[in-house]
Amino acid sequence: MPAALPRIHERTMPAIRDNIVEVRGLSKFYGGFQALKEIDLDFPEGELISLLGPSGCGKTTLLKMIAGLLEPSAGQVFVKGKAVTGPGPERAFVFQDFALMPWATVLRNVAFGLELRGTPKPERHETARRYIAEVGLAGFEERYPHELSGGMRQRVGLARALAVNADVLLMDEPFSAVDEQTRRKFQEDLLHLRRVQRKTFIFVTHSIEEAVYVSDRIVLLSRRPGRVSRIIEPDIPRDGTPDEIRRDRRYLDTVEDIWDGLKQFVD
Amino acid sequence: MAHISVPNNEVPGWIRWAATRDHTLLWRLLSLGLFAGAWEIAGQIPINYALPPFSQTFMAFLGMVADGSLIGAYATTLQPLVIGIAISAVLGVSIGVLMGLRPMAEWLAAPVFVVMQAAPMAALIPLITFVYGIGMTSKVLAVCVLALPVIVLNCYKAVRNVNPSLVAMCKSFQGTRWQQVAKIVIPDASPLIFAGLRLGISAGFIGIVLAELLITPTGIGDLITYHRSVANYAEMYATVVSIIVFSAVTVGGLQRVELTLFRPEKREIA
Repeated sequence: MPAALPRIHERTMPAIRDNIVEVRGLSKFYGGFQALKEIDLDFPEGELISLLGPSGCGKTTLLKMIAGLLEPSAGQVFVKGKAVTGPGPERAFVFQDFALMPWATVLRNVAFGLELRGTPKPERHETARRYIAEVGLAGFEERYPHELSGGMRQRVGLARALAVNADVLLMDEPFSAVDEQTRRKFQEDLLHLRRVQRKTFIFVTHSIEEAVYVSDRIVLLSRRPGRVSRIIEPDIPRDGTPDEIRRDRRYLDTVEDIWDGLKQFVD
Repeated sequence: MAHISVPNNEVPGWIRWAATRDHTLLWRLLSLGLFAGAWEIAGQIPINYALPPFSQTFMAFLGMVADGSLIGAYATTLQPLVIGIAISAVLGVSIGVLMGLRPMAEWLAAPVFVVMQAAPMAALIPLITFVYGIGMTSKVLAVCVLALPVIVLNCYKAVRNVNPSLVAMCKSFQGTRWQQVAKIVIPDASPLIFAGLRLGISAGFIGIVLAELLITPTGIGDLITYHRSVANYAEMYATVVSIIVFSAVTVGGLQRVELTLFRPEKREIA
């Protein structure tokens, strides 16, 4: 891990940046209904990019196609320059409903990605323990998911995604099923994680505040069919306390700006 | 970070006792006691000359255990029953799981088993006798014919109801199809599969008793038929009740096996 990454607002946008994920002409039909229409997007390496839009705009569909869990009707996704044909080891998914195996302990759940790869038990348990500790669940290794709160379950889901050491973390509204306090804590954790891990985060959310608070880049999707309507790079100071950031003019202006753009979709 | 509440020692003993599973056994015994009591009264009145009181039936039961007739009868009955249930379980779970996984298998097999489950299969037993005679084959088939459809259909539904999110999770971590089935589908479906097996076993018991009453009187069926014909009603009832209890205990035992083997997380809370 690098000792210190430059703070986000200090970083000048480089002219050439490697795009770890590229989306080209992506469309998705569900029967006659077009969920996504000709999406072209670049996801620069090491950034936290949010997909934001009204419900039913296809943001989860887009994420699942990047994950290789859904087949596009047209167009392609490239990850590290290679066309996506299915899930791959360079991507890990964090599920909205956590998707934890109820019959398995936290330890086995977190190690599950490695278990599927055939990593020997002692090795994968060691890795899993490390990430369980990293997400703040040390001591809960032998618990079962039903014994944990919603927030803790999502931490397990996050640890499982981290344990396979993927370059891209795909998060499908990961905080929508947890309460507001936990959610804010999670956002802090995510920012921390983003600083210490050299990973790209693609993050689906329906919360404007959340997107502006955590993202380097926000992709605004419109609805019916889902298309990219705007890409915003929030210019927000990251060196203040969470409270200062949430009161910062630029933060509030960006939230307001996005809300103005999204209003038209609210019916 | 929130702490998980663990039962601590400050809670009074009787509350902890009441919160554990142990007391369900007490209620069950109480329920059985009430039933036996009602039976005793009904037998003492008596409401029917063919209904001996519970105490007399119980004594008859002890007598039949002592003279070995009951044990001998069970040895005879259990053979086709165990074979039939084993065949139905292996075949039923395989067919059912396959039907849940593959649309081809579903289209091929679902109509047959749906009809089999809806139809009064006991009516087929004379036909089975006609084709396969009065031997072991017929009795095993009678068990299978009753047990198989319920096992197949439950397994099929179980696999169909597997949490799609868990399947997607397995895919997202590049799980192979085989890993998906072995590590996600089967464990997630196991409660319903076992429910199907339990229903299948009780259906198997119906099958074997029907077979022994309808095909040739052997084992339990023979005991029931014989004691009825010579008006030993206490012995007849003892046999009937013993097979009911035996069936219930077997089915209950399977539930224990399931919890131990497949759902470690439910062991403490069930």
